[in-house]
Amino acid sequence: MLRYALRRIFGVVPTLFIIIALSFFVIRLAPGGPFDEEQTLPPEVKANLEAAYGLDKPLPEQFVRYLGGLAQGDFGPSYKFKDFTVTELIAQGLPVSLMLGLSAVLLALLVGIPLGTLAALRQNSPTDYGIMAVAVLGIALPSFVTGPLFALIFGLHLRWFPVAGWEAGEYRYLVLPVITLSLPVIAYIARLTRGSLLEVLRTNFVRTARAKGLPERQVILRHALRPALLPVVSYLGPATAFVITGSLVVETVFGLPGSGRYLVQGAINRDYTLVMGMIVVYGGLTLTLNLLADLLYGWLDPRVRYD
Amino acid sequence: MTELAQPSARGFWADAWRRLRRNRAAMVSASLIVVISLLAFIGPSFSPHSFDAIDWDHMAVPPGGPNDHWLGTDRLGRDLYVRTLAGVQISLQIGLLATLVSLCIGVAFGATAGYLGGRIDNLMMRFVDILYSLPYIFIVIILSTLFDRGNILVLFLAIGAVGWLTMARIVRGQTLSIKRKEFIEAALASGVGTGSILARHIVPNVIGPVIIYATLTIPQMILFESFLSFLGLGVQEPQASLGSLINEGAQEMESAVWMLLVPAGFLVTLLTCFNFLGDGLRDALDPRER
Repeated sequence: MLRYALRRIFGVVPTLFIIIALSFFVIRLAPGGPFDEEQTLPPEVKANLEAAYGLDKPLPEQFVRYLGGLAQGDFGPSYKFKDFTVTELIAQGLPVSLMLGLSAVLLALLVGIPLGTLAALRQNSPTDYGIMAVAVLGIALPSFVTGPLFALIFGLHLRWFPVAGWEAGEYRYLVLPVITLSLPVIAYIARLTRGSLLEVLRTNFVRTARAKGLPERQVILRHALRPALLPVVSYLGPATAFVITGSLVVETVFGLPGSGRYLVQGAINRDYTLVMGMIVVYGGLTLTLNLLADLLYGWLDPRVRYD
Repeated sequence: MTELAQPSARGFWADAWRRLRRNRAAMVSASLIVVISLLAFIGPSFSPHSFDAIDWDHMAVPPGGPNDHWLGTDRLGRDLYVRTLAGVQISLQIGLLATLVSLCIGVAFGATAGYLGGRIDNLMMRFVDILYSLPYIFIVIILSTLFDRGNILVLFLAIGAVGWLTMARIVRGQTLSIKRKEFIEAALASGVGTGSILARHIVPNVIGPVIIYATLTIPQMILFESFLSFLGLGVQEPQASLGSLINEGAQEMESAVWMLLVPAGFLVTLLTCFNFLGDGLRDALDPRER
């Protein structure tokens, strides 16, 4: 187990390096630069600007410099938000994004697992069909549709929650964004739980547990649900990636000061360092969370082999 | 190949078709997709308005008013019926195009990796793993910086070109499971080259799962296009996309809720239909269900 864990942990480093290298060179190959779109600058001024940011050096040299900076936690200056470094911008937004994402995953687990369990226990009943129909909708509806709709219904009409904004992180500002973000994850977890619980309920050890007279409650909670939740654990990795992606939209829709919007703004402005910084941070985050989910799975399921 | 695969009187495909026809959700979805597609490509010609014409007398009018803007107009007085259908057109075209690209690359890549095996397989699938570990939308956003904004066709060729990862994995798995079968051995023994074995014997036999996954890829690609356009990275003004229309509608929803509901309704219907159809196809074609 330990050797497996170490090997997996060291496996992340080259993957991250390849991602950084690929995106660095792809972004630099793109036509146009960060200083193109303002009023046309005199060529001398543009040349000076590019020299000041080291953009006149050959690409490999820029890449080595960038890596050197990264090693010290320096993501370089932002070309568009002139008074900030990329590190500062991301450090400002990341806590909001993380809180949003973590709450969404947590909510999804808390709601999705019971819903899936209920559907499995009442298989082929109206309850089951109802939950699964809602789950299909939850998966099919993109967050940029549900977000505005929730804001419209619960914010504008019912006035239960604020439509947008972020008053120093008050919880009621998080409610609608978190629900929007977690809805597809809830749906997916409910489907996973239902499917695997149905399979487990047909196994011999569940029959044994029932045969020895355990109360149904205990059969489900202690015996059936544990192995049935393993697929949910392995879904946690993709779920975090999904939540990170979704936060780009949700932060835009609800006007939250998270870091997700920087990826989009950076891409629109061709702000190389900002886009790169976001890819490094979010890429690293995704890799780490995927790794954690895998290790957790290995720890929970003794059948997993490490070779 | 289909003739060989049907020992029973009723063939595999006839069987699958029969099962699919019995699935009411899938059939309703399929007909809705046909209706919406026809509407998207023929519908705009019935309206007297064009997608970018500004009607100064009818700005932000709701649907059903005493005018010929059947689904209302936007803030600039452009006809929402025509704009939404133009968006549906773009969605459908891009969904099909990107799926086709990802299908070709994914099948070729997966079949090659699975059939050759060994170190080449390892290397190829490692590459897929690395791309997989990054959220897909990141790759798309990196790519979107590569092209001039508005050049949506090139962008989506590129998106299709990275959307093949899952397809490659599925095809590789299928290839692994059939490459030791007797008919491959027979082909090898009669001196057929690697390329021909891949094209004539492997690919036709993995087509079932490929079809299922392709149907489920179309809504994903439609979703990506709307997602990018919603964020302002995709289709640009005055062109309309469901994503950009939803974005505009979301900004106006306090005073003009139809601007959000019309494009959102079309997008949701399309996505749901494709998902139901894909699920139905999977149930119809999955041999484990037989």
